Amino acid sequence: MSALEFLLAGTLAAALPLLLAALGEMVVERTGVLNLGLEGMMALGAVIAFICVYHSGSHILGFAVAALVSAAFAMIFAGLVLGVRANEVAAGLAIGVLGLGLSALFGKTYESQTIKGLPDFGLPLLSNIPVIGPTLLTQDLVVWLTIIGTVVLWYVLNKTKLGLIITAVGENSVAARAIGYPVVAIRCAAVAFGGAMCGLAGAYAATVYTPLWADGMIAGRGWIALALVVFGTWQTGRVAFGAVLFGLLSIGQLSVQAMGVALPSQLLSSLPYLATILMLVVISRRRMSLG
Amino acid sequence: MTSQAPALLRLSGVSKRYGAVQANSGIDLAVLAGSIHAVLGENGAGKSTLMKMIYGVEQPDEGQILWNGAQVQMTRPSDAQALGIGMVFQHFSLFETLSVVQNVALMVPGKQADLAAKIKVLGEQFGLTVDPGAMVHRLSVGERQRVEIIRCLLLEPKLLILDEPTSVLPPQSVRLLFATLRSLQEKGMAILFISHKLDEIRELCDEATVLRGGRVTGRVDPRQHSAADLAKLMIGHEMPKLDAAKTRAAGEVCLSISGLSHRPKTRFGTALQSINLDLRAGQIVGIAGISGNGQQELAALISGEALSERAEMITLMGQKVGRMGPAQRRALGFAFVPEERLGRGAVPEMSLADNSLLTAHRLGMLRGGFIRRAAERAFTKDCIAEFDVRTPGPEAEAGAMSGGNLQKFIIGREIMLNPKVMLVSQPTWGVDVGAAAAIRRRLLQLRDQGAALLVISEELEELFEICDILHVLRAGQLSAPLQAANTTAQDIGAHMIGAQA
Amino acid sequence: MRLRLVRRDTASRMAMIAAPVAALVLSCLASLILFALLGKPAGAALYALLLKPFLTWYSFSEVLLKMTPLLLIAQGLAIGFRANVFNIGAEGQFIIGAICASALPVWYPDGAVPMMLPAMIVAGALGGMAYALIAAVLRTRFGASEILVTLMMSLIAVQILNYLLLGPWKDPRGFNFPQSVMFPGNALLPILLPGTRTTIAFAFALIASALAYLMMQHHFRGYQLRTAGLAPRAAGYAGFNAPGMVLLSLALGGLAAGLAGASEVAGPLGQLQRSVSSGYGYAAIIVAYLGGLNPIGIVASSFLISVIYIGGDSATVSAALPVAAVEVFQGFLLVFYLLTFTSIRYRIEVASPQGSGAR
Repeated sequence: MSALEFLLAGTLAAALPLLLAALGEMVVERTGVLNLGLEGMMALGAVIAFICVYHSGSHILGFAVAALVSAAFAMIFAGLVLGVRANEVAAGLAIGVLGLGLSALFGKTYESQTIKGLPDFGLPLLSNIPVIGPTLLTQDLVVWLTIIGTVVLWYVLNKTKLGLIITAVGENSVAARAIGYPVVAIRCAAVAFGGAMCGLAGAYAATVYTPLWADGMIAGRGWIALALVVFGTWQTGRVAFGAVLFGLLSIGQLSVQAMGVALPSQLLSSLPYLATILMLVVISRRRMSLG
Repeated sequence: MTSQAPALLRLSGVSKRYGAVQANSGIDLAVLAGSIHAVLGENGAGKSTLMKMIYGVEQPDEGQILWNGAQVQMTRPSDAQALGIGMVFQHFSLFETLSVVQNVALMVPGKQADLAAKIKVLGEQFGLTVDPGAMVHRLSVGERQRVEIIRCLLLEPKLLILDEPTSVLPPQSVRLLFATLRSLQEKGMAILFISHKLDEIRELCDEATVLRGGRVTGRVDPRQHSAADLAKLMIGHEMPKLDAAKTRAAGEVCLSISGLSHRPKTRFGTALQSINLDLRAGQIVGIAGISGNGQQELAALISGEALSERAEMITLMGQKVGRMGPAQRRALGFAFVPEERLGRGAVPEMSLADNSLLTAHRLGMLRGGFIRRAAERAFTKDCIAEFDVRTPGPEAEAGAMSGGNLQKFIIGREIMLNPKVMLVSQPTWGVDVGAAAAIRRRLLQLRDQGAALLVISEELEELFEICDILHVLRAGQLSAPLQAANTTAQDIGAHMIGAQA
Repeated sequence: MRLRLVRRDTASRMAMIAAPVAALVLSCLASLILFALLGKPAGAALYALLLKPFLTWYSFSEVLLKMTPLLLIAQGLAIGFRANVFNIGAEGQFIIGAICASALPVWYPDGAVPMMLPAMIVAGALGGMAYALIAAVLRTRFGASEILVTLMMSLIAVQILNYLLLGPWKDPRGFNFPQSVMFPGNALLPILLPGTRTTIAFAFALIASALAYLMMQHHFRGYQLRTAGLAPRAAGYAGFNAPGMVLLSLALGGLAAGLAGASEVAGPLGQLQRSVSSGYGYAAIIVAYLGGLNPIGIVASSFLISVIYIGGDSATVSAALPVAAVEVFQGFLLVFYLLTFTSIRYRIEVASPQGSGAR
């Protein structure tokens, strides 16, 4: 397989955990809440999904349970921030730490176990196209569903009353409350949605992308997803674009290493982080100068 | 007035307390269908709490609310809306990043295209014209009020509540609003009009319920009573009078603004366009105008919280300070009382003593950078005593104080800095009548000691009372100076709507 | 029935103590339940976690050893947190501090450098500070979120450490283990308590705590930082230099973390290792909050977290608990602390239903 084919085939799958988590967090932030605990919610979702699939063999069950558990876990954050009005940053870090700890605890007996992933399949007709057919257009089911889901999310946020309500709550919660919207309930729902998306992201990482369990497997992707929301300026399309870009970067780094380029592998491994910092600088600077 | 039909809205024995504060106590109120009913009271009298209970934002601790004679329980605003109660808030509940029709759609069911058409029809019917597609952050304050009213009207309410609606309008626009309200009344709608402006209530309303200290102190027909009578019901004694400001010979220029232009930092801000102003020692210059016309931006540029484009745009005590920060300007003898007390003029979570430190630390409160607690306390005690701040002591948290008391403390702190130039923004917003009079007296005293004062205020009466010279700030442009003694409220109003000759 | 939160008029001093104690009790309960569900001997686990460290002098001294980096880092971080500057990359600053301190002994393993130890300490502290200042500059110049930047910088620091230990700084006689040479004797900190591994770095940490206390509670600079955190607009109104406070917060946080990193390689480790940090930078965030961001409270909370670390080590043996249990317990502590702290700050009031109050 050529490097190009490798990139085309792998990018979307590599982008997927980032995309799911970032889209969830984007909705949370659009309602005016910042949840920093993505890493922990993803890790918890990952281990839960892995255990489910390991014992049942059903990916559907794994994804569903992971989404539910991570959403319920995100309610701890909601309770702290929306319930007793604790510091948002501290509460996000708290569930981040707790989620990572719980995932390591639950996953202890599954360390280095493997399961079966999901088969890739091509789109009818289109997968016969040379080069991109068997690569870019041959993906697993979750990738196809996520692409549809992203479009649906874009439609809901931009074209429906629900989207309008989310924007309103985020922009001016006092006014939203004054005209009769249950702001706390709406934010709670958004946090639960964000948690569920992180659960799905973790589930994909642990049961499809690399179908094995290893402690620390989320490896900072929760934080990159958080940065992607800033990069995407809270717009669905741009967040998706950013996620794909990062997917490309992480796959590209692997293929460069595979080609035996004489660069320290640590430098390549640092690239996503360096790129995140660079992107934060560019985006923040533009926002600052626009005012 | 005792008709057989039940009142549209009746409150009986309604009470509400927040912690130690009894906001409302045993309120009885009856609003008849088709009437314009005033709720009159000064700041802190409990008007807002009462309205929140009528609109379902808060629930009474005691008492009953009856709608068409039947007891109702409203746990959220949508309950009130369902009954037919609409509310126009003093600080509007609009969303700036959304368009007019989107704002309406958040409250009124229906397709946006249909709503846009309805907005136009209603607008023409009641003199509330506004472009449905416009973004709210581009609208003037008056237009925003129209949007807010239209949004309520589209829900076809039987009772419309307006909270201090005229405080954001220039005098001429008040006429238009009153005409709109009268035509709504003719359609059979009841209106609850909340205000502390006596003349407006006497002009517009059929009935008035007067509140003081959370209790009803009078139920009158305002057309039958003089403003002085109403004032007495409202504040419990005669209006405090200030000695007429005697104009003194002005000294040299202490603060000079020339050709100051400024682009707003956010798209919600107002651009300032080549502003010129001179302020002399022993003089009070007032800036009239509705807040939101560049007042915040101008104040921040003068205080140094925002920097001007060029240093020479602002001269303070002979120095070009446009590019200096607040600390450097204060070192030149500048002091500032901002319009927001909590979070800007004072730190709510800190004690008064620690709030003294915020700007008065130069007065010997530091030794080698370490805080001298004794000096800090002594200063705070002096300020509390000298400016009649009602508080348990220097250890009390600023956030726990009433608006008037905190304002007295902040003004006291800034005056005790012995400023040569002082900027005061909205000195008596949300302050009760007694404290407001005390504050104005202090400002005059400071002027008589030779300081130069610049006062930004929405209250025209206040400005006429204390100022020697007036400007009007409208849409980021400052009028030429007007001698207060030779100017009328109507002249100022003309500048406020941009209709001056 | 409706509940609502009513803020108390004054924050009582009791709350500062009651909240962490309540959080500790609740965390124990939650852990008991969780461990029991996982089929672990829950009672034995808690016993090992919380009491065993006090049973021997040696294990107690290990607590103090563990407490050293946590206390140092947390004091630095709390200063920033108070000013709303969220440096969550102390882990990276710690690692860079350890690397900078290791340079001299790695280059001169025979110890033939005058003033070796002081130079290492200074290099570590300055290295940590410089690393944190990158984030500070990106925040003040470009407005880039210091939360994300410091975190990304931590992940990069790990890669730098890996690069050095797998490449140029690998001990040639180390059987290919990713670690540096053992440091010479003059590159090691003196022992503070004879017969233990607790070095004089513990005294540094206590001195740093005292300095932090003086600055935050009694110095104008600390007042400015607190003001910036509580009411940024009031700080701007008073003319406090906002970028300066971001720089100061991150500089002090990085300095303390770098110092801690240096003390670790020149202390108990005696060499640069891949596991030099084992998560101190993240745990210190919990320590800082659990101590109420108060310099004195942090001394207590760093002690508590250290007890749990040392207890966790013995629990892995005696109660067959995975190391992750310590992390879980820390997570519980922070969650319950945030819950109890705000609950104490507010009273929950039951609003009586409408109309029932015709007393």
